[in-house]
Amino acid sequence: MTKNMKNYNVNEKGYYGEFGGAYIPEMLYPNVEELRQNYLKVMAEPEFQKEFDQLLKDYVGRPSPLYFAKHLSEKYNTKIYLKREDLNHTGAHKINNTIGQILMAKRLGKHRIIAETGAGQHGVATATVCALMGLECIVYMGEIDIKRQAPNVARMKMLGATVIPALSGSRTLKDATNEAIRDWINNPVNTHYIIGSAIGPHPYPDMVTKFQSVISEEIKWQLKEHEGRENPDYIVACIGGGSNAAGTYYHYLHEEDVNIIAVEAAGLGIDSGESAATSVLGKAGIIHGCKTLLMQTNDGQITEPYSISAGLDYPGVGPMHAHLCKTGRAEFMAITDDEAMKSGLELCKLEGIIPAIESAHALAIFEQKIFKPDDVVVVSLSGRGDKDLNTYINYFNL
Amino acid sequence: MNRINQKLKEDKKLLSIYFTAGYPNINDTVSIIQDLEKNGVDIIEIGLPFSDPLADGPTIQASSTLALKNGMTTEVLFDQLKNIRKSVNIPLIIMGYFNPMFQYGVEAFCKKCQEIGIDGLIIPDLPVDVYHEKYQTIFEKYGLINVFLITPQTSDERIRYIDSISNGFIYMVSSASTTGAKVGFGEEQTQYFERIGNMNLNNPQIVGFGISNNQTFTQATQYAKGAIIGSAFVKHVTNEGANSIDNFVNSILN
Ligand SMILES: Cc1ncc(COP(=O)(O)O)c(C=O)c1O
Repeated sequence: MTKNMKNYNVNEKGYYGEFGGAYIPEMLYPNVEELRQNYLKVMAEPEFQKEFDQLLKDYVGRPSPLYFAKHLSEKYNTKIYLKREDLNHTGAHKINNTIGQILMAKRLGKHRIIAETGAGQHGVATATVCALMGLECIVYMGEIDIKRQAPNVARMKMLGATVIPALSGSRTLKDATNEAIRDWINNPVNTHYIIGSAIGPHPYPDMVTKFQSVISEEIKWQLKEHEGRENPDYIVACIGGGSNAAGTYYHYLHEEDVNIIAVEAAGLGIDSGESAATSVLGKAGIIHGCKTLLMQTNDGQITEPYSISAGLDYPGVGPMHAHLCKTGRAEFMAITDDEAMKSGLELCKLEGIIPAIESAHALAIFEQKIFKPDDVVVVSLSGRGDKDLNTYINYFNL
Repeated sequence: MNRINQKLKEDKKLLSIYFTAGYPNINDTVSIIQDLEKNGVDIIEIGLPFSDPLADGPTIQASSTLALKNGMTTEVLFDQLKNIRKSVNIPLIIMGYFNPMFQYGVEAFCKKCQEIGIDGLIIPDLPVDVYHEKYQTIFEKYGLINVFLITPQTSDERIRYIDSISNGFIYMVSSASTTGAKVGFGEEQTQYFERIGNMNLNNPQIVGFGISNNQTFTQATQYAKGAIIGSAFVKHVTNEGANSIDNFVNSILN
């Protein structure tokens, strides 16, 4: 860490600058406090690390490749590497976190697992690890998302999970998260809540970030093999709540020569009223137990975001990212539905990879921002597009 | 002396009622408050609706959603309440989530409460330690009592801590749940009520969650200074409208 650089990690009180904390009802305090007191201790146990690493290797298929995207690089006249989280078991980065949290839940003696999901990737990743460990699994999912991510709903059911539709509010990720939190309030003793992104009350954002940090840990040695240096000039990731981004940035946060780019979903356009570009449209507030940037009315009511990609359709960002935004450490860019869809299809044609629409947002920055020919740009390809086939089919009339 | 503290001194069991402001109609707020007082309710919790009420079950969620749709905002509520002390004498508490207060500005919010004659606040998602560190002096400056929740899972040590920071009453949540989830009390609850009773806390306790009728009110107040009814009242208003409050309150008290 360079001497006069700010700290971008969580502090001992659970804050990133002014963001973070644990704004939770008293009913949740015992559970969250138990986790807070134990998570670092448990994660530091050699036995835990061994089991985590082993599962990431043998079950998830890590390390995920760092792939030099030759044709994409030629097209945009810069050096583009894709971190292939799409090749993980279950098709996205989400499983890194669920493996870590299921091991944590077992250490804490919990045998009932709940989760929220937007795109269904986190729900599938949670259902998967619950099947693996033989634990009961309940997934809350917005009614709208259940419709637009039908294959993932079927997957969760095949894996033995119960999928409960969230019928309140906008019936998307925000409301699924509310329902999961309410479930936890009503089941205070034997239940662990596996949050799927770097959001929620402390210690969740930090714990999720640490489980996802394997992404940047691998990028470092992989890039060294490719380029002879650990540090790229840019690292890029899309942000829903910010877990793939947090993992992609983690080991670079305090490397001054690495530029961080965070890509948000602009939906139909930032000023269209149908957007999820929190860094532009949001201000400080409290959502799902933490203080962060969030989209809200002047009156403090949380507004309903929109993005074509269910995984980015969230009115806040994790508190770490709010801090990166506020301090200027990360550059935030906003990509519309159309731009993302175009870039998604482009990756199919140029590289033979069908990306998740979330990840396609990160790829679309090359149309907006010019990089130098010898810049090394690492993009987190957070997931594969299988779950989005219906959306692709409808959008492109395939 | 704050009206809440005065009320707590009365030699009787207290009935506190929660309702969602702006529900069922935007302009029902004042008449509901007046009718509740007229029919013998001791303390009123005015719910400031929030888009994402994490600690609430379907009944209060639905009433909040509709109240917001009706146009309820912090400004509108304050405006409706500006003359409330001309007609109402019992303690009034605003219950709401932290974000709308945070956006209004915590100090501005507290100041406005004092001007209107609000006596206290219940903010389920403002944790005790954050309150203590950042906001307690502001609340005290404007004479507001902040009410904290405890649950059957709250440790004795933490209850003592909460007791030390409280200066009105402690909201004893009957079972760890969202509002309206459970009705009635079992063995587990009565043991918990007894355990808290035996702690001889400085602040009296008022039981909330799971109280819906005369039987549960009587049961809860065997162990506590009073009881709070929320979802059951909101349901009543949903079914009967805002003009049959006497029936509801009579059914609880008699
Ligand atoms: C493939 C993929 N990428 C990104 C995201 C966004 O989540 P996060 O910001 O936590 O990485 C999701 C969420 O469902 C996803 O499925």
